[in-house]
Amino acid sequence: MHYDVLIIGAGMSGLAAGIRLAYYGKRVCVVEKHYRVGGLNSFYNLGGHKLDVGLHAMTNYVPKGVRLAPLPKLLRQLKLKAEDFALCPQRMSAIKFPDRTVRFNNDFDFFVQEVIDNFPRQADNFQNLLKTIFEYAELNLCAKPVSAREVVSSIISDPLHIDMIFCPLMFYGNAQENDMEFGQFVIMFKSIFCEGFARPQAGVRRILDVLVKKYKACGGELKMRCAVTSLKCANGRVESILLENGEALTADRILSSAGYVETMKLLTDYNSSKFNSNAGQLSFVEFILVLNKEPAEMGYETTIVFYNNSTRFDYRKPDELVDVSSGVICCPNNFQFENPLPEGMLRITNLANFDLWNRLGEEEYNAQKAAWLKATLKEVVKFVPDFRDSIVFTDIFTPKTIHRFTGRINGAVYGTPNKTKTGRTHLDNLFICGTDQGFLGIVGAMLSGISMANLHVLQKI
Amino acid sequence: MTKEQIKDTILKIIAQIIPDEDLSNLKGDIPIREQVDLDSMDFLDIIMELRKRYGIEVPEDDYIHLATLDSSAAYLEPRMREL
Repeated sequence: MHYDVLIIGAGMSGLAAGIRLAYYGKRVCVVEKHYRVGGLNSFYNLGGHKLDVGLHAMTNYVPKGVRLAPLPKLLRQLKLKAEDFALCPQRMSAIKFPDRTVRFNNDFDFFVQEVIDNFPRQADNFQNLLKTIFEYAELNLCAKPVSAREVVSSIISDPLHIDMIFCPLMFYGNAQENDMEFGQFVIMFKSIFCEGFARPQAGVRRILDVLVKKYKACGGELKMRCAVTSLKCANGRVESILLENGEALTADRILSSAGYVETMKLLTDYNSSKFNSNAGQLSFVEFILVLNKEPAEMGYETTIVFYNNSTRFDYRKPDELVDVSSGVICCPNNFQFENPLPEGMLRITNLANFDLWNRLGEEEYNAQKAAWLKATLKEVVKFVPDFRDSIVFTDIFTPKTIHRFTGRINGAVYGTPNKTKTGRTHLDNLFICGTDQGFLGIVGAMLSGISMANLHVLQKI
Repeated sequence: MTKEQIKDTILKIIAQIIPDEDLSNLKGDIPIREQVDLDSMDFLDIIMELRKRYGIEVPEDDYIHLATLDSSAAYLEPRMREL
């Protein structure tokens, strides 16, 4: 079978690319190795509970009517309406460090005031930082990488202030340890602080449903449980695509959302010395806790808390299985929904070490999950009301789980730190989209698919 | 199609891409993107719609000819004359 474009992976970026291409008449096929769409942002059912992976909140939320922002841009590109995702805005989120809390909601001026109230002596510096952020062309695909730590610390002099700004931006989309590319910093800053959080009542399922329906309505083909085993190369091109079921496909162009190194490993002329050093290292463990009541009944109304239990924030692969000293506490209930969710829920995300988790035998693996749940809860209740007696169901996924279901090396959810912004590879007709192209977050992932489809397919005749 | 019909077609395409925008005062000799909020991705969709609806292929190097309504009509007229 021959296609104009073959897309590897039915996650946010692959589906978005697929919609663009199918809508404009390309013969396109998305192949997904899992039995479920979504990739790094997916969902599952367990013990009668509907659980989400990835998406805590959709970033980049702007109300209907705002036009010049990533979310409306992507809706226009995908020929979707603002109502399609049924996004409900957050209530209030917070960055909590010892003795210091900076709150933010979807009103940027409120956040600016919170920062100034907490760091009055940095007020002018903070305004300068904002100016630098707004003047930066973060979407320039050819920009030279710049260290965000260097830029920010040249403007703001209080390390606590700096770390409190970095904390949410890193947790929500940074593949690099302790530093961040400045363009990425600007993208994340705008997506979280200037725009904001929202969530559909039905969570990530709603977004994926909309994407799959649109893709199919445009005539796109979706093959599930259909892993690519190899990409056969010759003359500087991918000549054919071999699938696990033995089928061979050909395509004029291939967009891969499987990850850069992951994609290179599929090439028949793969050379490990050339690509291996690129793999991402940062992964997470997530504790999903179902409660017997709404967190609001315990007086907890916050949507997302980014916590850190010391004055310095360390964002790196931990030396232990889990680093509970910092993390994200997401309460899916605390969005402005019309009707309450069926059950109370809290999700806790911490940095974790893939190698250490991967090395454990089954029994030890389960014992460690239980032990670290206890450890993280002990830490987390310093930042939220003690809800431990209300937990009725728990599920935990680790870097190993992420690796198993997404194929990401090291379970690195944000992929390699060395992004391929242009999407180009050394092969003429093979392009990278999604996490390793470099726009992160859910909206970023979809925009990545859209941009790469535009740049490498639609703009070429 | 005449040049006027081509301009009308382009306006209809733009109206579909950005339905909330008022296009009634759009001037023919000033770049479209200076008059309405149309980003580069939206601009690409004008070209994609021309391809989808009329089978007209505009190579990347020629995108510049579609900057204003007048230049678009001049560039597209030989290609759309028979439509």
